[in-house]
Amino acid sequence: MTNIEPATATPADAAETGPDAAPVRSGWRSLLPTMTPWLAVGLVLVGGITLFGLLGPLFTGDPRQIRDIGLTGPSAEFWLGTTQTGQDVLAQLAHATRGSLQIGLLVGVLATILSAFFGIYGAYRGRFLDDAFSLFTNVFLVIPGLPLVIVISGFVPRESRGLWTIAVVLAVTGWAASARVLHAQTLSVRQRDYVAASQVSGERPWRVIVVEILPNLLPVIASQFVFAVIAAILGEAGLSYIGLGASNSATLGTMLFYAQNGFALSLGAWWWFVPPGLTIALFGMGLSLVNFSIDEVINPKLKNLRQHRRRARRAARLERELARGASRRTTAAKESDR
Amino acid sequence: MTTAPDAAPVLTVEDLTVVYEVDEPVTAVRGADLTLHRGEILGLAGESGCGKTTLAYAVNRLHRPPARIASGRITFHDKSGEDVDVLALEDAALRAFRWDRLSMVFQGAMNALNPVATIRAQLADTLRAHRPRMSRKEIRDRSEDVLRRVGVDPGRLGSYPHQLSGGMRQRVMIAMAMLLEPQIMIMDEPTTALDVVVQRDILREIVRLRDELDFAVVFITHDLPLLLEISDRIAVMLEGEIVELDTAERLYRQAAHPYTRKLLGSFPSLSGERGAFIRTGIDETDAGETGTGETGTDGAAASESDPTEERA
Amino acid sequence: MTSAHVTDLVKDYTIRNGLKRTRLRAVDHVSLELTPGRTVALVGESGSGKSTIAKILTRMERPTSGTVEVRREDGTAVGGPAYRREVQMVFQDPFASLNPFHSIEHHIARPLRIHRRTSTKDETRGRVLEMLERVNLTPAASIAPRRPHELSGGQRQRVAIARALAPGAKVLIADEPVSMLDVSIRLGVLNLLGRLQREDDLAVLYITHDLATARHFSDEVTVLYRGRVVERGPADAVILDPHHDYTKLLAAAAPDPERLGRVTASEPLDRDAIDNSACYDHFAGEWREAGVPAAA
Repeated sequence: MTNIEPATATPADAAETGPDAAPVRSGWRSLLPTMTPWLAVGLVLVGGITLFGLLGPLFTGDPRQIRDIGLTGPSAEFWLGTTQTGQDVLAQLAHATRGSLQIGLLVGVLATILSAFFGIYGAYRGRFLDDAFSLFTNVFLVIPGLPLVIVISGFVPRESRGLWTIAVVLAVTGWAASARVLHAQTLSVRQRDYVAASQVSGERPWRVIVVEILPNLLPVIASQFVFAVIAAILGEAGLSYIGLGASNSATLGTMLFYAQNGFALSLGAWWWFVPPGLTIALFGMGLSLVNFSIDEVINPKLKNLRQHRRRARRAARLERELARGASRRTTAAKESDR
Repeated sequence: MTTAPDAAPVLTVEDLTVVYEVDEPVTAVRGADLTLHRGEILGLAGESGCGKTTLAYAVNRLHRPPARIASGRITFHDKSGEDVDVLALEDAALRAFRWDRLSMVFQGAMNALNPVATIRAQLADTLRAHRPRMSRKEIRDRSEDVLRRVGVDPGRLGSYPHQLSGGMRQRVMIAMAMLLEPQIMIMDEPTTALDVVVQRDILREIVRLRDELDFAVVFITHDLPLLLEISDRIAVMLEGEIVELDTAERLYRQAAHPYTRKLLGSFPSLSGERGAFIRTGIDETDAGETGTGETGTDGAAASESDPTEERA
Repeated sequence: MTSAHVTDLVKDYTIRNGLKRTRLRAVDHVSLELTPGRTVALVGESGSGKSTIAKILTRMERPTSGTVEVRREDGTAVGGPAYRREVQMVFQDPFASLNPFHSIEHHIARPLRIHRRTSTKDETRGRVLEMLERVNLTPAASIAPRRPHELSGGQRQRVAIARALAPGAKVLIADEPVSMLDVSIRLGVLNLLGRLQREDDLAVLYITHDLATARHFSDEVTVLYRGRVVERGPADAVILDPHHDYTKLLAAAAPDPERLGRVTASEPLDRDAIDNSACYDHFAGEWREAGVPAAA
């Protein structure tokens, strides 16, 4: 009923419920995070790297072309220098970024579908199915991811170890954690009366899930998706680095693998390993920043935190002034008593 | 009733204004004047968002920023005859003032007990914080005493909150509030979440304790009939202002403010004349009219317009 | 017109505590009759089983034993999808019963579409606006596209009522429909329910813990205590002349402005001494055994 929190929200509420309230906003709008400097930085990083991965390969030459100018530093001709065999690092970086993005997106989608199915459907149906799905999820949760990936990748012969194989392997080992998160969230959403109300009005189960429950989980799903993409890119880089990556595609991980094999570090050829490493780091950072903003949508308390702190400081300052006035009054009164 | 307008005041609130420092500052409490007398139960009635809780918090400066006291004076008149300017209290003195002289039972307080500590530990903590020189035996005796006073078996001291029923937890919270024998207790919707029968028991307990210990109570709720039964005086709040303050008797028989009458009219009487009050709407003739009246009320509640319009 | 007959309803819950399983009887041989145009109030404290009965009536839970029969005037039973159309519910918390993601229009349009009450988009939209006007949400055209958080509690509860009536409900379960609302708008919502009941000749089950509104808004009161019916009869008879100890206790505990300043007037009855093995039936004017199957 009444306490400090809702009262804070009063002005906004009053403005919204007023007779001439602002035009309607659709449900989708409320899912978008508010623009903050951090979100902007994140979007610029993710957008920039994605653009580079999409368009870069069109403008750079063949990354595999061998020249007789091995291991030269950045120059006007080769902006990021060349590898041991004289290949253009910039061209490699562009293609590798594209490869990594592909695998990240693929794994993100696969893992999200898996986690949504096992997490949401299980939690909605409840009882036996939920128990079974939960058990299944838990089994996958405790399987140590990377070792399993190494074992599976090792089993698949190198020639058939394509992009899809790696993506499936990463997705299968990476969906369980988000399934648990979605499971918990679904349990809380399905308890709400509006879900019961739509069941009472005769809505079919799949519509209850897709139309009534799913939209309220979208921020969580988006956050899990972003997380899965980060994990996939890092995981793939790790696999490729130890030589178990996809055979027919170049990714940031394979670049690092070749840099390592070519003794780039000990030869001081920083232009060979820093660009792919930095790209992975910056892309991960960008996605994390986007994720923080999504978290604010999931938990509105975070959203108002900064604004709230500013207001609180202002209120505290004004009140101190009043208190000083009051204590002066008291002293003055005491003195006049004397 | 122990209505005692002639009794000594224990708390004086003058022209208190509390503002929420948001983009367009909102005045939650506007120019409130209140005098609380020793041993009095003062009811504070109003609907959600009327500022009654903000007022209660501000009185012992528990309000959190961005709320701030913009103007006014709050004076506590101690038993010893000393007057304390509450707004001028510094941190340590303020902490000592709260709980020691003025304590609070929060809304939903029964869920505010620490779930992993026993009742005994929680009572002892409070005592140790405010009465550092109390011996272990004194602490135990005092804890048992307060529990007995609120009607909880002292054998329950070793229980954890989840082992107690809702009503019992609320009693423990009241026991905790009276642990240091405060002169004022502010209770914010202390019985709202409880079943009527349990609520009744707790109200009875509060009135009995007041009679025994002679502390003053500020009882906040939206339930006006309940206030009429237990309060000596009642203040009705609307949009941050105290629109009416009178004895329970006069407020019920001859409410001056239209909003008070509206609130009183919102509660069907249990034993009163049936039909005179609501089921008039049963006649088909004015069915539609009743309807439009409601929309007006509702819309007005949302846009927070003048209550007098709602009457019309 | 449609009526609902609840006979000997029993609902057990199994509570698993480690390896131990205990059975908790939430509803114990409860029988109720909901007839068109009449309101039956189901009064009881939390945990008395009243919400379980609502869940069984709306087919969200299956009873352990006993039957719920909904019959039309001509005696045909209502079942299958028609059940979902004719038996509807208004929930307690208007802040939880509307999906924050969807517009008001969605909430009322869906039941219309599910039960094929309307066939075209325009027709649905027209019917939605009509429904909103029926519950006094005007101007309907500006309310329909809004989302729940833009409405006040009272307005939301009106939307919930419109949603319940949209498919053409004949039996309405109102589970504490006003207890979460501000006091000054409660009567408005109850009066609205009353008017709609008269217009549509609804059979209403009004679930509440508030004796005063139960008395004023219902024709018949059934008092539930620990899963059993302990008293039933015409509203005035049960509340002004309670026979069972528990009803007496409830009546004494309810705040009543007429008892100005007399909080301690009545001494508390010992709750644990109350037994729920007997039920006073004001219609028959006699005591009966509670918690046993009704005589055939």
